Amino acid sequence: MNGGQDLGGMHGHGPVKPEPNEPVFHDDWEKRAFALTLAMGMPGGWNIDMSRFARENRSPADYLAMSYYQIWLAGLIDLLEERGLVAEDEIEAGHSLHTPKPVKRILSPADVAKTLHRGGPTERETNTAPVFKRGDRVRAKNINPPTHTRLPRYVRGHAGIIERVIGCHVFPDSNATGAGENPQWLYTVRFDGRELWGPDGDPTMQVSVDAWEPYLESA
Amino acid sequence: MRALETVLTEKGYVDPAALDLLVETYEKKVGPRNGARVVARAWTDPAYRARLLKDATPAISEIGYAGRQGEHIVALENTPKLHNMVVCTLCSCYPWPVLGLPPVWYKSAPYRSRAVSDPRGVLADFGFTLPKDTEIRIWDSTAEIRYLVVPMRPAGTEGWSEEKLASLVTRDSMIGTGLPKSPKDIEDIEK
Repeated sequence: MNGGQDLGGMHGHGPVKPEPNEPVFHDDWEKRAFALTLAMGMPGGWNIDMSRFARENRSPADYLAMSYYQIWLAGLIDLLEERGLVAEDEIEAGHSLHTPKPVKRILSPADVAKTLHRGGPTERETNTAPVFKRGDRVRAKNINPPTHTRLPRYVRGHAGIIERVIGCHVFPDSNATGAGENPQWLYTVRFDGRELWGPDGDPTMQVSVDAWEPYLESA
Repeated sequence: MRALETVLTEKGYVDPAALDLLVETYEKKVGPRNGARVVARAWTDPAYRARLLKDATPAISEIGYAGRQGEHIVALENTPKLHNMVVCTLCSCYPWPVLGLPPVWYKSAPYRSRAVSDPRGVLADFGFTLPKDTEIRIWDSTAEIRYLVVPMRPAGTEGWSEEKLASLVTRDSMIGTGLPKSPKDIEDIEK
């Protein structure tokens, strides 16, 4: 979606402000928002692409006004409510008021280390051959899906070079909507700064994105 | 926030002890010291450096780091001619097993908006000036590939142990928004 999350190239956000000796979390509620988000993935049954969409799928004005963990929390609440796991009145009351929905598994303390260690690899076996090879000139398609996509606006319509054929990976555009993993070949595509930003772009700069085959066409 | 946790706990969806462990893992166990060890080994062991640059995920796993948000890692080597810098313009993708959770600035609009269009301006915000003729390469983490920058080994560190070298490797130098500390920085601290 062309939402508030797609920030590449936007102006007006001011300088980057690194914080010396920054703590991992700035407040206790951030710790709980982080941990609840990770822990609910298992009983909730959603995938990482659905989570990302839940976070970005809000008014850009809201997205940009919220802190990172506020966005995580809002995304989590949306997923919980959409799936009928929690009702709005329960969040207001701060207690369970309705019968819980049966869930397959929850994250037990004994499983935390191995679940984190396993992670969620996205590479998949395939019988198809990649359409593009290293060195091919490609163009990022001009697509504007209102659903989740990982092709940022700032590269759409621009030409670049295939730098690396990464492998066949879960396709977020399908996975986020519940249409299945639909694995697709994934490439690192490198663009010149001036191709993206015009003649005033930094001539010493190149930018790459990792783009699935359906995002690309020959150029 | 506690209200939501209470609801989810009462419903039996989460175990608060598991939540505590998740927090503890990323507060105390997983952080940029992990990545610093990887970089220091690459600086001291040419065979390891070659393995890391060829296929970073197994090379990093050798040292014991793997898993969530680091399932597919690529290591990027800085040289006098090429400087690498990593961003996620669309969210906050970051190699957790080697760097821990990202700092606020990495997830914030100023960095995500300008890293891909004005990287030298961003580096200036960090007080870092790159030589004019050094190429700058930005890696936007738009898929599940996570990038780790291997900065250049500082001069004056010949014969240093891996452990001492690791103390020079900063988090920002592994994102590409900073440089490792110099031997002099360490001496100043020791004094």
